[in-house]
Amino acid sequence: MKPKSVAPQSRVMAVDRKLHNTWVYIKRHWQLYLLFLMPAVLLTLVFRYIPMGGVLIAFQKYNPFKGIWGSEWVGFKNFTRFLSSPDFMRYLINTLKLSVYGLLWGFPIPILLAFLLNRIKSNKIKQKVQLVLYMPNFISVIVLCGIVRVLLSVTGPVNGLFHTGINFMTLPEAFRPIYIISGIWQGAGWSSIMYTAALSNASQELKEAAMLDGANLIQQIRTVEWPAIKDMVVIQFILQAGNIMSIGFEKAYALQTDLNLNSAEIIATYVYKKGLLDGDYSFSTAVGLFNTVINVILLIAVNKIVAKMNDGQGL
Amino acid sequence: MSKKKSGMQIYTKQDKAILYCGYALLALFLIAIIVPMVYIVIASFMDPVTLQNKGISFDFSKWSLDAYERVISDKQIWVGFKNAVLYSVIFTVISVAVTMLAAYPMSLPDFKGKKFFNILFVITMFFNGGLIPTYLLINNLGLLDSMWAVILPGAFSVWNMIIARTYYQGIPRELREAADVDGASEMRYFFNILLPVCMPVVAVLALWQFVAMWNSYFDAMIYLNSASKQPLQLVLRSILIQSQPESGMIADIQSTAERAKMAELLKYATIIISSLPLLVMYPFFQKYFDAGIMAGSVKG
Repeated sequence: MKPKSVAPQSRVMAVDRKLHNTWVYIKRHWQLYLLFLMPAVLLTLVFRYIPMGGVLIAFQKYNPFKGIWGSEWVGFKNFTRFLSSPDFMRYLINTLKLSVYGLLWGFPIPILLAFLLNRIKSNKIKQKVQLVLYMPNFISVIVLCGIVRVLLSVTGPVNGLFHTGINFMTLPEAFRPIYIISGIWQGAGWSSIMYTAALSNASQELKEAAMLDGANLIQQIRTVEWPAIKDMVVIQFILQAGNIMSIGFEKAYALQTDLNLNSAEIIATYVYKKGLLDGDYSFSTAVGLFNTVINVILLIAVNKIVAKMNDGQGL
Repeated sequence: MSKKKSGMQIYTKQDKAILYCGYALLALFLIAIIVPMVYIVIASFMDPVTLQNKGISFDFSKWSLDAYERVISDKQIWVGFKNAVLYSVIFTVISVAVTMLAAYPMSLPDFKGKKFFNILFVITMFFNGGLIPTYLLINNLGLLDSMWAVILPGAFSVWNMIIARTYYQGIPRELREAADVDGASEMRYFFNILLPVCMPVVAVLALWQFVAMWNSYFDAMIYLNSASKQPLQLVLRSILIQSQPESGMIADIQSTAERAKMAELLKYATIIISSLPLLVMYPFFQKYFDAGIMAGSVKG
């Protein structure tokens, strides 16, 4: 036999052996597949992947009675209808402004809180402060928005304090500040947990060495504490910046009134109204898909930018 | 502090100034959290007309439990509580079980097919079908107006799976090798040896999932139509956001204006009653937060 023909044959045998080995492995460890992984895989396939296939109706004039196989295909018509409508820019900008401002105002505060908590020497006091800081996180979105509404109502305490009669909930220009400030009120303490935990794990030795060198507060923060949380800050920023377009429906919807929609209507609430309230399934799906695509592009872009700043280290 | 530890921080004057400014900010933030809460507690005991015209007062003789009586005597809010407990408990059990189980094979270095399953799962963190395709699926499965529509779609969380996987990977491998020698099956090793040492992460995931389900309203709003199936948050939504208290709460009041004032007062009592369970319970779980957050912050 010539050596030429040996090579492919042995490759086939190698593949065979590999397949065989895999098969032996699976047979020996069948529990891992059938008992451990199966439930998660089933849930993922049914509730995540089937709807992913369902986005095809974005390219159809979907008719619930004909189903996805019988409905008429219309190409990108739903997308062009959305992109060319005058509302498109407004909803896009509302969405972006709400989450970008929310990120810029909200992101640094938990880090600041963590630095301060880390400097509290008495563990007892620190725990009590944390107890209060974390508390708002356990209030639901609905109750939070309920609190906002009673406090800001025309006859509520805020108006009472300033002797004014402003109906904040109807002012488009008040929506974003309300949304962002209440978000910080509720979430800043909770978001600080991970930074606090990382800081308290920062090597005590390093800290003491820095102190012996006569480092002052700012120098200590720069040389010991900041490096301890830097990676975490970067990751958190990527994750949050990447999710800019997936800003939640629940709170925006609960803070909307008929009169503040000019700034309160975001893509998520628009998708809901168009799709489930007006029954315009295909159009709503197209808008949602547009949102998802932008989100993924953003996530990749932000990751690249951070990787460049961070010596090639992204997520 | 009387006893000085070695290596204790000595601050310069400038350091102290910076630090006190920081503490002042922290104090301000704490006050901003506490004041609205205290205000709502006090306001909930007021008489509706006084509250509207003058705000809160500390004339204790005029305080009353009227608003509370009206809220707790209503049936719908208890239906909401019952459903919220039911959904949250079932959701938490299923979700934690599925997540902890799935994370185990994914944590094994030699697990065949790990890459494939990993990609299968991670893709769902970036792409999703969105609202309408998911709604149509639930509809086609015949799950509309069923509690499973609220429970199943979010039961497996990839993010939580990554956290659990990271936690498993921190467990010494000798544990498994010892079990292998004893001839224990994967199942027995997992339930008898691995899971008991992973209770902190189980506790944290359970807490997260419970709170998430308890506090959410969107899925219930779109999938559940019957009043008897509404979870607490939906009942709260009509009282707090839509200003439509359950009619029984204000039926005895004749004048429309008075009714509106009572409806406003009921909001305060409703906020307190509905938030109390979690706010009272959460300090008992505080010790788990750090452990869980640290597990979660490890790079996926």
